Amino acid sequence: MKLTNRAKPIDNSPMTVAERLYIPAIANGMGITLKHFFKKKATINYPEVQRPFSPVFRGLHVLKRDEQGRERCTACGLCAVACPAEAITMTAAERKKGEEHLYREEKYAAEYEINMLRCIFCGLCEEACPKAAIFLQPDKIAPAFYERDEVIFGKDRLVEKMDDRATTGIEKYTGVKS
Amino acid sequence: MDPLLVKALIIIAIFGITLLIATYSTWAERKVAAFIQDRNGPNRAGWGGLLQPIADAGKMFFKEDFIPASANKWLFIFGPSLAMLTALMASAVIPFGDTILVGGQEIQVQAIEVNIGILYVFGVVSLGVYGIMIGGWASNNKFSLLGAVRAASQNISYELAMGLSIIAILLMSGSLSIRAIVEGQHGGNWNILYQPLGFIIFLTCAFAECNRTPFDLPECETELIGGYHTEYSSMKLGFYLFAEYINMFASSAVTACLFLGGFNYPFMDDVRNGLISSLGDVTGHNVATAIGTLVFFAKILFGIFFFMWVRWTLPRFRYDQLMSLGWKALIPLAILNVVLTAAGVLLEMRWLPWLAVIVIVAVAIVQAAMAPKKQLRTQRV
Repeated sequence: MKLTNRAKPIDNSPMTVAERLYIPAIANGMGITLKHFFKKKATINYPEVQRPFSPVFRGLHVLKRDEQGRERCTACGLCAVACPAEAITMTAAERKKGEEHLYREEKYAAEYEINMLRCIFCGLCEEACPKAAIFLQPDKIAPAFYERDEVIFGKDRLVEKMDDRATTGIEKYTGVKS
Repeated sequence: MDPLLVKALIIIAIFGITLLIATYSTWAERKVAAFIQDRNGPNRAGWGGLLQPIADAGKMFFKEDFIPASANKWLFIFGPSLAMLTALMASAVIPFGDTILVGGQEIQVQAIEVNIGILYVFGVVSLGVYGIMIGGWASNNKFSLLGAVRAASQNISYELAMGLSIIAILLMSGSLSIRAIVEGQHGGNWNILYQPLGFIIFLTCAFAECNRTPFDLPECETELIGGYHTEYSSMKLGFYLFAEYINMFASSAVTACLFLGGFNYPFMDDVRNGLISSLGDVTGHNVATAIGTLVFFAKILFGIFFFMWVRWTLPRFRYDQLMSLGWKALIPLAILNVVLTAAGVLLEMRWLPWLAVIVIVAVAIVQAAMAPKKQLRTQRV
């Protein structure tokens, strides 16, 4: 069975004197290594120089607020349904009178948890969301964990802070700033 | 100033420089390896990673110093000590420069001048293999022992060819003193111009004697885990590795002395005369000596770079290939070289050893031209 066209037939013919001297081959090889010695290095000095993220990078999740600072999520559960890793769980609650400045819709997520060990960062939750509430940020990486109880991210860590608005990457699709 | 004091200073300086160069060889090795592999190499500790050797040594000292229960304790400690000791002894007879004039006296820039310098180097280098042998045996481990046996047989095999290639040099210089050999190559009249074959043989054997790639079979990781230093940890392992770098320095220095003219360089007489006429007899002479020493160190550093360059180019030999190269190729060629050199000395034709090279190259070219073409390139459909 021929898998590739790169197979090289074995040559068992006796070596010539030039080949048995090794020196031409060694000189050839040393020329190659010397050429690499002066080549541009492939390494990027990481903490000082950072490679830009891909524009479609899917990083840490964020639950967006709208322009007035109200949570957009209405706890419809479509993200949880869409999630192939079943990483999202939520509890819905009804908005009380006087909470209109906190929640945009009449129903909201009282609890919203993402298990970061289960999440595969596929972005299907982002696509499923009808309220443009959940996004995978294009500029933030999910942090590393030191303890097992750190891996479930609740609303305290997911909901966007008003003084530090998150980039959603939605501009790249719509041209509209979120 | 007391000449003895000057001598003591020279000895201390040579000792210090040997250690310093060996220390920074570890840094250079990592840098050269990285550069050849398109990487950056160590660049975090200090500028350009220059503090890396110190960090490495610190790490080595703070590691657990483990001695296996079944090892022979004293020999286990003695092995790396001996390796280090012999490695440091070799540079004692190497002439690092001409003479310096101090208080009306001429003092040679050399730790000790003995009239059998090259024999001394040979003896000390042969002792070096005992460090490996003892360490490998004392570990009481099959892999260590195999590494030690390999080291011993490899060094014995290659010492023969090395000795024979040096005999050709001795025939030309008529002296065993390294200083006399170096002085015989005054100006650009280097031995490599008359001994091309001897140089290649000597260089190959120097690689084998230092246990450097492509002849680093005693520590062949794929077959022997770590070879003779499998059981070693902490600074005892550090000593073995460090001894290898000191050996590299020493063998580069010996190669430079025997074949590359030592502290001689072309037009050195013109430079010296110019310096003496402009700076006066004493200062001019001393500055000329200093330039010669710098030239010598440049040659040594190039030698060390060459060692590394080869290491990161060539794969390791198989053990039977190593042995057949040593016994079936290098020793006959070295004997041929001795005969040709002797004939050249007798007939006063110093270029005669080139004959062997010319014949070999001619045969190679003719045979390559006559041999059927080999399919060297991968065929792509």
